[in-house]
Amino acid sequence: MGHLTQMPALEQGQDRTMILNMGPQHPSTHGVLRLILEIDGENIVRLMPDIGYLHTGIEKTCEAKFYHQVVPLTDRIDYLCPLTNNLCYVLAVEKLLGLEIPPKAQWLRVMLNELTRINSHLVWLGTHAMDIGAMTVFLYCFREREDILRLFEAVSGQRMMTSYFRIGGVALEPPLGFMDRVRDFARRFPSKVDEYENLLTGNPIWVMRTKGVAKITAEDAIALGVSGPTLRASGVDFDLRRDAPYSGYDNFKFNVPIATEGDVFARYMCRVRELRESISIVKQAVDGMPEGPIKADAPKVVLPDREKMKTQMEALIYHFKIVSEGFAVPEGEVYQAVESPRGEMGYYIVSDGTAKPYRVHMRAACLANLQALPAMCEGQLLADVVAAIGSIDIVLGEIDR
Amino acid sequence: MALAPAITDLELLKDHPAIAKLLAWNPASVAGAKFDRDEMTVYVERSAIREACSLLRDDSNCMFNFLADVTCVDWAPSEPRFEVIYHLLSISKRERVRLKVRLNGDAPALDSVTSVWPGANYFEREVFDLFGIRFLGHPYLRRILMPEDWEGYPLRKDYPVEGYR
Repeated sequence: MGHLTQMPALEQGQDRTMILNMGPQHPSTHGVLRLILEIDGENIVRLMPDIGYLHTGIEKTCEAKFYHQVVPLTDRIDYLCPLTNNLCYVLAVEKLLGLEIPPKAQWLRVMLNELTRINSHLVWLGTHAMDIGAMTVFLYCFREREDILRLFEAVSGQRMMTSYFRIGGVALEPPLGFMDRVRDFARRFPSKVDEYENLLTGNPIWVMRTKGVAKITAEDAIALGVSGPTLRASGVDFDLRRDAPYSGYDNFKFNVPIATEGDVFARYMCRVRELRESISIVKQAVDGMPEGPIKADAPKVVLPDREKMKTQMEALIYHFKIVSEGFAVPEGEVYQAVESPRGEMGYYIVSDGTAKPYRVHMRAACLANLQALPAMCEGQLLADVVAAIGSIDIVLGEIDR
Repeated sequence: MALAPAITDLELLKDHPAIAKLLAWNPASVAGAKFDRDEMTVYVERSAIREACSLLRDDSNCMFNFLADVTCVDWAPSEPRFEVIYHLLSISKRERVRLKVRLNGDAPALDSVTSVWPGANYFEREVFDLFGIRFLGHPYLRRILMPEDWEGYPLRKDYPVEGYR
């Protein structure tokens, strides 16, 4: 697999080639990604991503926080799917603790996680289409995204940095009428996906810009650690929600969209079909939402209800202890992976038995997916780089952490 | 819920396909194993890591064809100070295994697995950048997240959380 091994630093352009710098401030890099391109006319000879512009040392910061205090940090890693990050982190800590989560909390988590996936895919679709030149789609996508952000605001008080999932359950009972709003959105949404598809799927310009562009084979994608829709578009049938179910995903029926071409169009089709699957999961979750508590019965770990704190001494004491000195987590280590909108998001947490995590490491799906960019683009045209970046759906906050 | 105690006896775990394969290849390559919270960890000798990875990738009983992650933990001040951790996934068997290599604190180095999985490239660069562990045979071992001229390795435990001011 020598052709996938990244070449050493680009040297001075030789007779025919020149070095072109793209980014870090470039509208199509979805953040601050810098690409160094060696081009021969319009053709890309070599491409090298340069990352780290958004590095904030979140992994180091986590080591200085109590377990509960890490939850808001996880929001800020991948700012397009904060709830997926919350979920992955709390699942990992719950696995460390051996905590059982009540069904209603699991259902709520699945429902909101899928809404997050839709939210993230909408931003991806809008910006990806805009990069290639289809402006309208962006406005359409952000119209529906606004609806989802309002739902997040209703349930957690925040549009983006939700921190709604907590160790042991979820933060609050959803407000009255929330389920009806979600049901209403789920009813309206499929026709909106039709609208996006009417604008793009059969559009000859879109098809010409995406079909056969930035291809990657299944073998190369696996070797490079590519995951998520980018991997499935190359024909690998693997989705963690189905193949390693977590948070009660095994109770839901859904298909895993696959394509075999491995080009930009295939990745587009996979994600658009995922939109439809996700909304079907949301519907199932709303309709089958079990009754019961939203937090685990573990007073030393889970923050008590506000009401109880006003009437019960024990609740007040537990609250004080959890907030002021955290809770000890038994020694050990876990790796928890979830299917984020971009691929395998993994949290590796090591506990040394104290109230602060000894080490928190995030496996960023985008970091591995970005490694596939040179393999996709080399030999292609310069204009196709923009399509390729959009198609792997990168979020630099997650890559740099 | 009570946690089941971890199993660390290699004799009890030697039927796991990954451990069986490594023991059959070279008994000295396995330094130990642990089964805890439904996750299997295999401690691999430093010198054997590249070949162990390549064996586990190609063996028909294991088929750990996907390298999910490479990371590191600093156990300073105890020795061996560093643990380099590989999370392997078998896409066809839907199984995971964790490989660990223990390294001493002075000039830590081990073989790169980029020749087995090209995707190890960025992960290993990140570990080099943040922990200062050298991966021998890596095609492009340079800082990836921190600036080129940064001094020190931020994720080491002796590096202050607020940084040096």
